Amino acid sequence: MIKKRRRISDQIIKGLIVLSALLSILLLLLIIVFVVSKGIGQVNWDFLTTVTSVRKGTIGIAGNIFNTILIIVLTMLFTIPIGVGAAIFLNEYAGKGKIVTVIEFATEVLSGIPSIIFGLFGMMFFVETLGLGYCILSGALTLILMVLPLVIRNTQEALKTVPDGYRQGAIGLGAGKWYMIRTILIPSAMPGIITGAILAIGRIVGESAALIFTAGSAKLLPKGILGVFDKMFESGGTLTIQLYLSATSEGDFDTAFGIAYVLLIIVFIINILTKYLTKRFDTTRQK
Amino acid sequence: MQKKTEKLAGYIFLVFGCIAVVSVLAITIFMFWKGTPALFEVGVPELLFGTVWKPSADQPSYGIFYIILSSIVGTFGSVLLGVPIGILTAVFLTDFTDGSKMGRATSKVISSAVELLAAIPSVIYGLIGMMILNPFMYKMEKKIFAGSTEHQFTGGANLLSAIIVLAIMILPTVINISASSIRAVPGSLRSASLALGASKIQTIFKVVLPAARSGIMTGVVLGIGRAIGEAMAINMVAGGAVNIPLPFNSVRFLTTQLVSEMGYSSGLHRRVLFTVGLVLYIFIVIINLFLTHMKKKGERAYD
Repeated sequence: MIKKRRRISDQIIKGLIVLSALLSILLLLLIIVFVVSKGIGQVNWDFLTTVTSVRKGTIGIAGNIFNTILIIVLTMLFTIPIGVGAAIFLNEYAGKGKIVTVIEFATEVLSGIPSIIFGLFGMMFFVETLGLGYCILSGALTLILMVLPLVIRNTQEALKTVPDGYRQGAIGLGAGKWYMIRTILIPSAMPGIITGAILAIGRIVGESAALIFTAGSAKLLPKGILGVFDKMFESGGTLTIQLYLSATSEGDFDTAFGIAYVLLIIVFIINILTKYLTKRFDTTRQK
Repeated sequence: MQKKTEKLAGYIFLVFGCIAVVSVLAITIFMFWKGTPALFEVGVPELLFGTVWKPSADQPSYGIFYIILSSIVGTFGSVLLGVPIGILTAVFLTDFTDGSKMGRATSKVISSAVELLAAIPSVIYGLIGMMILNPFMYKMEKKIFAGSTEHQFTGGANLLSAIIVLAIMILPTVINISASSIRAVPGSLRSASLALGASKIQTIFKVVLPAARSGIMTGVVLGIGRAIGEAMAINMVAGGAVNIPLPFNSVRFLTTQLVSEMGYSSGLHRRVLFTVGLVLYIFIVIINLFLTHMKKKGERAYD
């Protein structure tokens, strides 16, 4: 009697486990099908290459695409050297002192702070205290703090996998430490650095809360080559910001789904890239 | 010459290493510096425990108690909904997919799906919530409150929608961390339990999950951190009024309060919003301290 009852409860729990596991797939499919079906009709060459303008009668996200790329480039320009440098310091210079504990703790805290707090801090510090105003540069500076832990951690992991023999060999042959780092360590750790960078780009593409009060929401394209530099100091909304505005204050769901479709494609490409790289990274480690 | 570059390189790396520390200090200092003045201007009890939020009235009132409460209720609601599903999915990934080709393929498909769910930008969750959840909630609302004169109709943008969206968003965190801690449970424990005559389900729930407890708890706390800090997605589905957090009420969270009012606020209103940010930051710091404590405990357990 008892045995039978137990088996029935076992079956119920098994069913729940399978259902839960299927839920993730169903949710993903639901999101993909919904976004693609509503967004695909919206996305065409004009949508990607023009700027929304009532006068010209165009609806497009070219300005937002440009802003997103500019913010990615600016953020990574700072984050990569700082993040890689910090990881090198932690792994190669600092030994096991207190300073390593402090920096690693700070990195961990930084990765646990939600993006809205970064946005708030960016607004208080870069926009107001430093007087940069709502501009792409303020947004990029804010994002550096947000994605720095990703780059530091991935570089550190990669550095840990470089065999000690490489270091001793180079030093033994008379190379200085910096020379050894430059010519041996950084190239060996490259896959890890690139993985960290791509993960960081993924976070920037999907970021919205940290940017809404720092980078602003303008959607115009820069005028000419020099305009690109000016654009750094002007307000500029990324794709996610435009999606948010389209879906809320502007009530333009067609554009919102068009952007959602574009974002999904970017996110999936980034996911495939990181997977490919981690795989390659793993095989080099096993050799 | 070479020695100089060597030394310089060392110093530059030190400076880069310290940027993370400086950032954390700067964020903390700014949060307190900007967030505390309003506490004294409005008064601590009036601000933190006041229930009326009317920043632009003639007699403005800045009570954020319902906002704090909504954040707490919303976060725990999403954990209550998301964590069981997450743990069961982790169990499926670790103990239900055997070494067979079919099993490995299923587990791979589910892990990839979870990975992609984690990568989807929060505004897309918000958009889909607006289009699917909110209309559904509105239908329910119309049925439940059919004859009610007291209920303010929200059009479906309510606490329940926000909880569901948050639960979905913390799912990947809970699944990944639970799965890796369940995998770390030694196989000998499973074998011993099975050899004593326990069924597979009994083994999982009485032996494996308790052994993986600390890792699973880490996943839960990380999920709490994600849920309480999420802003854009729930701002799109939770409505825009400060209300007592009941399932069908339109509510404001600490995060959504910042997103929706920071843009146009000024003066004391703005300083109160900085205090809202400070309250959120203090929650986050507490959660982070919990996490470090648990990680330390976990490390000791594996020694």
